[in-house]
Amino acid sequence: MAKKLINGNYAAAFGAKLARAEVIAAYPITPQTAVVEQVADFVASGEMKARYVCVESEHSAMAACIAAASAGARTFTATSSQGLLLMHELLHWATGARTPVVMVNVNRAVAPPWSVWADQTDSISQRDTGWMQFYSESTQEELDTVIMSYKVGESPDIMLPSFTTEDAFFLSHTFEPVEIPSQELVDGFLPPFRPEIRLDVENPRGFGSLSMPHQWYMELRYLIAEAMDRARERILRVEQEWKELTGRSYGGPLDEYRTEDADVVLMNAGTAASTIREVVDNLRREGKRVGLARIRCFRPFPTEEIRALGRRVHTIGVMDRCYTFGDGGPFFTEVKSALYNLKDRPAVKNFVVGIGGRDITMKTVGKLYDNLFRIKAGGLDSEKEWIDLKRPEVG
Amino acid sequence: MSRQPRSYKDLPLAPITYEDTREAFKTGSWRTFKPVVDNSRCKKCWICWKFCPDMSIRILEDGTGVEIDYDHCKGCGICATECPARCIEMVPED
Amino acid sequence: MVKTPVPAEENVAPGHMGCPGCGACLALRLALKALGKRTIMTVPACCWAVMPGVFPYCSIQIPVLFTAFETAAASASGVRAALDAKGQKDINVLAWAGDGGTLDIGIQALSGAVERRDNIIYICYDNEAYMNTGIQRSSSTPIGAWTTTTPVGQTRAWKSEPKKSGVEIMAAHRIPYTATACVSYPEDFVKKVQKAASIVGPKYLQVLSPCPAGWKSDPERSIQIGRLAVESTVWPMYEVEDGVYTVRKPAKKVSVKDYFRTQGRFRHLGEKDIEEIQKTVDAEWELLLKKETMTARK
Repeated sequence: MAKKLINGNYAAAFGAKLARAEVIAAYPITPQTAVVEQVADFVASGEMKARYVCVESEHSAMAACIAAASAGARTFTATSSQGLLLMHELLHWATGARTPVVMVNVNRAVAPPWSVWADQTDSISQRDTGWMQFYSESTQEELDTVIMSYKVGESPDIMLPSFTTEDAFFLSHTFEPVEIPSQELVDGFLPPFRPEIRLDVENPRGFGSLSMPHQWYMELRYLIAEAMDRARERILRVEQEWKELTGRSYGGPLDEYRTEDADVVLMNAGTAASTIREVVDNLRREGKRVGLARIRCFRPFPTEEIRALGRRVHTIGVMDRCYTFGDGGPFFTEVKSALYNLKDRPAVKNFVVGIGGRDITMKTVGKLYDNLFRIKAGGLDSEKEWIDLKRPEVG
Repeated sequence: MSRQPRSYKDLPLAPITYEDTREAFKTGSWRTFKPVVDNSRCKKCWICWKFCPDMSIRILEDGTGVEIDYDHCKGCGICATECPARCIEMVPED
Repeated sequence: MVKTPVPAEENVAPGHMGCPGCGACLALRLALKALGKRTIMTVPACCWAVMPGVFPYCSIQIPVLFTAFETAAASASGVRAALDAKGQKDINVLAWAGDGGTLDIGIQALSGAVERRDNIIYICYDNEAYMNTGIQRSSSTPIGAWTTTTPVGQTRAWKSEPKKSGVEIMAAHRIPYTATACVSYPEDFVKKVQKAASIVGPKYLQVLSPCPAGWKSDPERSIQIGRLAVESTVWPMYEVEDGVYTVRKPAKKVSVKDYFRTQGRFRHLGEKDIEEIQKTVDAEWELLLKKETMTARK
């Protein structure tokens, strides 16, 4: 295996190439552009035997991917922020049509104000579309997850679309040494996409027909729910297979770090986890029993893993680089709801942090752990708090 | 409707159709007027067949005229209007 | 075998949900006669998304991908890309959409696909309003027409803007082939569809499809009405092939009034209104003939 110094965007493109995506339909948006440029280069040079459709919008990108997948092609696209929001209608469509499209989304703030910086509101807003959602921490993880998500999504008993995310700039533009698996290795891991039924003139069918309330709409939605539940187990199994081939794995849907004996745990999705790991190590050296649980997979949600953690720890802080106005951080509300039916549940606090790309520093993270220890000692001070917000001077 | 599913277990994974409509949907019941053909006056121009939006006119194999598929004909009357020989009459349904 | 005026092959089964006298039903029947079984089609929200029937039934006998409203063209591009990736060359890819899905919400995707020179046939079956949702105005609704969102009242609120021209928009894209057609002329329509299928690259046809429910007309007169639309040159029949216009001149010319009085949607128009529209129609026709002269190959 060769090592290359590449950023998250290039890693995603390498993932698509190694997975032998056959149809790419994409539209450029900052900070995703390097993904589609690199894929275009791969196609132009002949390294990738694929058709690249330069669509006129993200909406058409997803429409073309769904159609191509319905015709039996492995598809790939990438987007970010406004582009993902424009796709929203068709994200639902991809799920209902059971087309295992794979996408990379660079997590970028939504406007206004215009901002190209890291924020997870774009992908979290796609919560109910039926897409599997993976949040990467590193460049290597991004590449590996793109390949793994094809295998999970294309399983005949799953057939669901998925996206992996990269925090804008923190991952999309950060260069790290990445091991590029050989084509032979990936070919051995990921079989060609051969859907049972596809658009085929020898076997004409209507795809995406209509259904009435007394007929099959509800049952067809139930099948999606079942498939998504099956995906929990499949994600673990596929990651295990990948580990056997490459030696790499990422801790399953909930990636835990030093939580075995932890009193307090921070939960987070995305690149801030790397910063948190540093802080955990520092605090551990001081004898403080702290840990990190990184939500790597938001859909399907790692409910059981979170409950297992909740049984062991006293206090959990959930960091959200996004917000549901009128409620709280979406990761927070979901973690809290996963824990609700536990008999002895931990206290859970929401830290709204890093919105619009504001830096999440080691100092910031240190403050959050201090807060969790105060909660452990004296009880919950408040349920949610915006961190590093410029507040008016008091007095 | 022989192949209607009975539960979600019988369904394909997506709403992918597998049967045509000719047996399940007898749209002939929509009719209020029905076309009646007098093949003895038929000029064999097949204009009625050509314009039928419901694929409900069959050309007889021996080419002596046409027959109406009353299971599906919706009784729009285009055939009667367009027939240059005026050999199709629209008759009220009982 | 009996010799038929259009191909005998049927690729739409009876039992579909189209209204009696539906022009759009005839349009698809004819288009699929022309294209045959080695065709894959995309259908966005439109009458034809509903008329094929409910799951598990479908009256269309070729592979169909039902898609979202604004995606007929992009979906066709996706199907073509997949076929290309798999090396399947001998299959027609047809996007089949109504006028709203084509000229309003779907025009961006259509423009994109045509500009990219994607090898697809796009056919807009034009019934001149959102008929499936209940006769709301589209940009393809003709001037003077009543619809449920351009109702007739004290303020003369019927549609006062001219119909958007799909074929001219496509010609401006330097499309290899574009044409108007009308279901009242099946042989002509079939020939145009077959011509489109023989050309590599994007092709766009717009086929006028009378709609008894939306035009407030008698079902049995759908073919007559289409004929009057052509004879009055309200719906001129022409082709643009690599920029060269070919106009089909009607054997006999009738007035706009002759056409309008077959349909309830124009009933409210007074003599003066119709006169104004007649002037516009005449001017458009003259312009079209000039384009034919100007673009004629020497």
